[in-house]
Amino acid sequence: MSKKTLIVIGNGMVGHHFLEQLVATPAAADFDIKVFGEEKLLAYDRVHLSDYFGGSTHADLAMGTADWYAENHIDLRLGEQVTGIDRDKRTITTLMGDYSYDELVLATGSYPFVPPIKGNEHPHCLVYRTLEDLDSIRASADGVKTGVVVGGGLLGLEAANALKSLGLEAHVVEFAPRLMPVQLDSDGGALLKRKIEELGVQVHTEKATTEIVEGEDARLRMNFSDDTHLETDLIVFSAGIRPQDALARSSDLAMGERGGIVINDQCTTSDPHIHAIGECALWSEKIFGLVAPGYTMARTLASVLNGDTEAAFTGADMSTKLKLLGVDVGSIGDAHATTPGARNIRFNDEQAGHYRRMVISEDGKKLLGAILVGDNSHYDTLLQYALNGIELPENPETLILPESQGGAPTLGPDALPETASICSCHNVSKGDICGVIDAGCTDLAGVKAETKASTGCGGCAALLKNVVDRELEKRGVEVSKDLCEHFPYSRQDLFNIVKVNGIRTFRTLIREHGKGHGCDICKPAVASILATCWNEHILATDHVPLQDTNDTFMANMQKNGTYSIVPRIPGGEITPDKLIVLGEVAKEYNLYTKITGGQRVDLFGATLSELPEIWEKLIAAGFETGHAYGKSLRTVKSCVGSTWCRYGVQDSVGMAITLENRYKGLRAPHKVKMAVSGCTRECAEAQSKDFGVIATENGWNLYVCGNGGMRPRHGDLFATDLSDEELIRTIDRVVMFYVRTADRLQRTSVWMENLEGGLDYLKQVVLEDSLGIGEELEQHMADLVDTYQCEWKTAVEDPEKRKRFREFVNAPSKKDPVQEWTTERYQRRPLLEGEPA
Amino acid sequence: MRARTSWEVVCTVEDLVPESGVAVWTEDGPVAVFYLPHRLPALFAISHTDPFTGKNVLARGITGDLKGQPIVASPLYKQHFNLQTGQCLEDEEVTVKTYPVLLDGNNVRVEIPAVNKESAAA
Repeated sequence: MSKKTLIVIGNGMVGHHFLEQLVATPAAADFDIKVFGEEKLLAYDRVHLSDYFGGSTHADLAMGTADWYAENHIDLRLGEQVTGIDRDKRTITTLMGDYSYDELVLATGSYPFVPPIKGNEHPHCLVYRTLEDLDSIRASADGVKTGVVVGGGLLGLEAANALKSLGLEAHVVEFAPRLMPVQLDSDGGALLKRKIEELGVQVHTEKATTEIVEGEDARLRMNFSDDTHLETDLIVFSAGIRPQDALARSSDLAMGERGGIVINDQCTTSDPHIHAIGECALWSEKIFGLVAPGYTMARTLASVLNGDTEAAFTGADMSTKLKLLGVDVGSIGDAHATTPGARNIRFNDEQAGHYRRMVISEDGKKLLGAILVGDNSHYDTLLQYALNGIELPENPETLILPESQGGAPTLGPDALPETASICSCHNVSKGDICGVIDAGCTDLAGVKAETKASTGCGGCAALLKNVVDRELEKRGVEVSKDLCEHFPYSRQDLFNIVKVNGIRTFRTLIREHGKGHGCDICKPAVASILATCWNEHILATDHVPLQDTNDTFMANMQKNGTYSIVPRIPGGEITPDKLIVLGEVAKEYNLYTKITGGQRVDLFGATLSELPEIWEKLIAAGFETGHAYGKSLRTVKSCVGSTWCRYGVQDSVGMAITLENRYKGLRAPHKVKMAVSGCTRECAEAQSKDFGVIATENGWNLYVCGNGGMRPRHGDLFATDLSDEELIRTIDRVVMFYVRTADRLQRTSVWMENLEGGLDYLKQVVLEDSLGIGEELEQHMADLVDTYQCEWKTAVEDPEKRKRFREFVNAPSKKDPVQEWTTERYQRRPLLEGEPA
Repeated sequence: MRARTSWEVVCTVEDLVPESGVAVWTEDGPVAVFYLPHRLPALFAISHTDPFTGKNVLARGITGDLKGQPIVASPLYKQHFNLQTGQCLEDEEVTVKTYPVLLDGNNVRVEIPAVNKESAAA
C-alpha cells in the first residue's frame, strides 16, 4: 500500500504538539508528512516569550529540534509560505510550487489584532507575537525611555513585563475599566492594578485612543477620547488575537461570522479532508486563545487520524494560573458568576494584597469558578473542586480564608477522584499516575518520565508530588531516604547531625548514629560531608579509608588500574611555559595526552607509584590539583570574552578564573561544573552547566542547575544583570544550600527538580532569604575558601602520605605485570581484552 | 597429608593502613592485606586481582560490612567481596582467593600454598 500524504500548515506550539502525538501512533507509518511554516524558526514556546529578553534564546524556547523532525521522517519546510489551497485537486500552492495531499491540517494560529487607530502604521507601533516581533521591539527600545502597551489582558501584561525588562518606563493602556477583564472582576482587577503599579508599571484604564501623532518630548503622542494624552517612544499593540484563517477563507471552507475555521468535535472542517486545530479553529462558536485547549485539539486529531472513532474534542477548561510581572493571578471556570443562581464568597485583604473569590452553585454544593489575585496557593485545590465537581465542605468559605481565620488546609490527594486532571498541559489524570505506579514506577522522577506530567508549564509540580507520595505510601512503598544499611538517615540528615554535634570522624558518627562498620556507599558520602564541614585534608589518617579510590590517590582510576592526572587550569587559560611542562612530564612518563571538554589536559596511564613523582614536577611548575577525581568543582569553562572577542561584553576569562579559584576543592554531593560566556552567543555553553554565567551589557545573568551528560537539561535563569559581587554572593548561597540539602550523588538538576517548590522556592531561599540563612551560607563558604589547600602539595611534602602510593609495599621497584600496552596514533594506550600484543 | 606451605613475611605493621588495604607481592603473586582494627580478627588477605577485570586493584577498594560480613568493594566496577571467604556478593559463581594471615611480632605473615610456590619457582 502506498503511503498517503499528510500536510500540516503551521509550525507553532499546537502544530508541533500534533506531530508529537501523531508520530507516537501506528498511523504515523501510513503517512508521508510535510510541514510548512511561515516563520523561519522551528516551533517555539510562545507562552514564555518574555524570557527572550531575560537571556533565553530561540534554542531555549524551541519545542523540538531539526533532528527530531529528521528522525521521524517529517519533511519540514520553514519559511515557505502557503499561498493557496485547491480543494478539488487536493493540492496546496507555495512560492516553490504545488504539493498534493490526502489529508490537510491547518494549524496556522492567530495574529495580533491592531485596533484601527489613526497613526497605527507608524514604524514604532509594534506587536507582540513572534521572536521577530521581539527583535523589532528590542531595536525600537534601544536608547529610548518610554514604552506603552495597548491592551491590559494577559498578553498585554506579558508585553509590559518585556518592556520593563528592556529598561523602559512601561505603561499599560486599557479600554475596559479594569485589567484582565476576561479573567478578573473589578476588585481583583483593582488589586492587580495596584500591585503592578507598585512594581513601576503605570496602568491607565478606561482610555480610548483616538489617534497617534508625532510627540514633542518622545517619538509619539497618544491622544485619548477624554482629551488627555500620553507621550511614548514606542507602542506595542496587544489588544487580542484574531484567527489566522485567510487560507481557509479563500478556499471557501465554512467560517465563523467573526472569523475562525469552523470545526466539528473531530477537529475536521467543512471539507472532510481538511482539519484545523489551535487558535485558527472555531469550535462551537468559540476560539480558544490558550495553549492547553490547542493541545487537546491536537491530541484529538492525532487519535482521529489513527482511526479512533470515539475521539472527540468536547471543549476545554479555560482556567489559568500565572505570574504576571511577579504577581500571582488565577481564574477558574465561571469566574464572573454567569450561571443562574450562582452565589459569591469573597475574601479581600487589602493590607496583605490578597483577593480571593469563589463562585458557588445555588445549592451551595459545587464550586463553579474562582478568582485569585496576589496569592495562588489556593488555586490547585479550588481547581480540583471545580473541575471534578467535588462536593464543597459545609463551610465553603474555609477554602479561601487564611488558616489563622479558620481556613482549611488544602485538599489532600485522597479526596481527588481517579479522573481528576493533575497536569492539564499533558492531560494526565490521577488515574494515569496510579497506572504507572502500579506498572512499577517507584518515584517522582519515574512518574514524570512516564507520563510527562509537570513537564509543561510546571504549575502542577507540588500537587503531582503530593499525589505520587501518597499513592506510593498507600501501596506500602516505603519512600526510604536511608543512606544505606548503616545509617537510617538521608544525606541531609547526616549533614545536620555532623554539623550540629561537631562530629569530625566517621568512627564517631557510625558509633553514635549508625551501626556496623560502614560500606562503599556511606563512607564516601560521610567523607564528603566531613570535608564540607571541617575541610581537613582528605588523606588525614581518619579520612583515608573513607575515600573512593579516586579520592584516596587523588587521580582517576582507568580501566587497566592505572590513573589519569588532570592539573587545574583555571578558566582554561595557560601560559606557554606551563603547557611545555605538561608536555615534558607527559613525555617523560609516556602518558597518553588528551584535551578535556572542560578546557584542560588529561594525562593517562600513570601507575600508583609514579603519581607523587609526577605531581612533584607539576607543583614545581606552579600547577595545582584539578580535583577531577573528586565530587567537587571540576572546571569553570570560559570563552575568550571581551579581552579579544569582537562581540564580548565582559571579561569572561577573568570571571571564570575568579570563580574557579573560589570554589576549587569544595566537596559536594556530586561533581559541579560551571562556565562563563562573555556574551549571549554563549560560546562557553554555560547553560549546560550546574552554574552558568552569561555576560550582559550590565553585568552577568546566572543560570542554575543545568546538566550535560545522560539526561541533558538547560539551566534555569536565576537572576539577571548581577554585579561581580552579587554574582559571587548568589553562587555562594546556591552552592552551599545544594551541598547541605542534596542527596548523595545527586546533581544540581535533580536536586532542584526534587525541591518542593522547585526554582521559585530556591529563588526565595537565595534571593529573598526566606529561611534567614543567607549570611550563614555565605560565612560557611568564606570559611571553606579560607582553608583551601592543594591536596597534592600537602601530600607530596608528607613522607607518611607518600607511603600510600607504593604499588606493592614490600617491593618498591616491582611493576604491576598485568598492564600491557600498545601504540595508537603515536601514543601509548592499554591493550584491550583479547587484543594481540 | 597436609600440603606443605610457607608463612611469608609480606610487610610490617607500620605498612598497614587502618580500615583499608595495601598490596604486597608474594610468591603466589599480588595479595591485598586489609587491616580492620575494630573487628576480630583484624587482618584479612585476599588476592589483589579483581576477578571481573583481571587488574590488580582490590587493595584500593573501600572496606566495610554488609549484613554482618566484612567486605571490600572493587574500585573498578564496585562488586563486593567477602574478606573471609572471598565470595562475591553480586555473583555467587565468582570468588577471589583468600589467604590465612597473622601477626608475628611486628611482621605480617601470609600463608602461601607450597604447590604454587614450586610452580612459581619452576
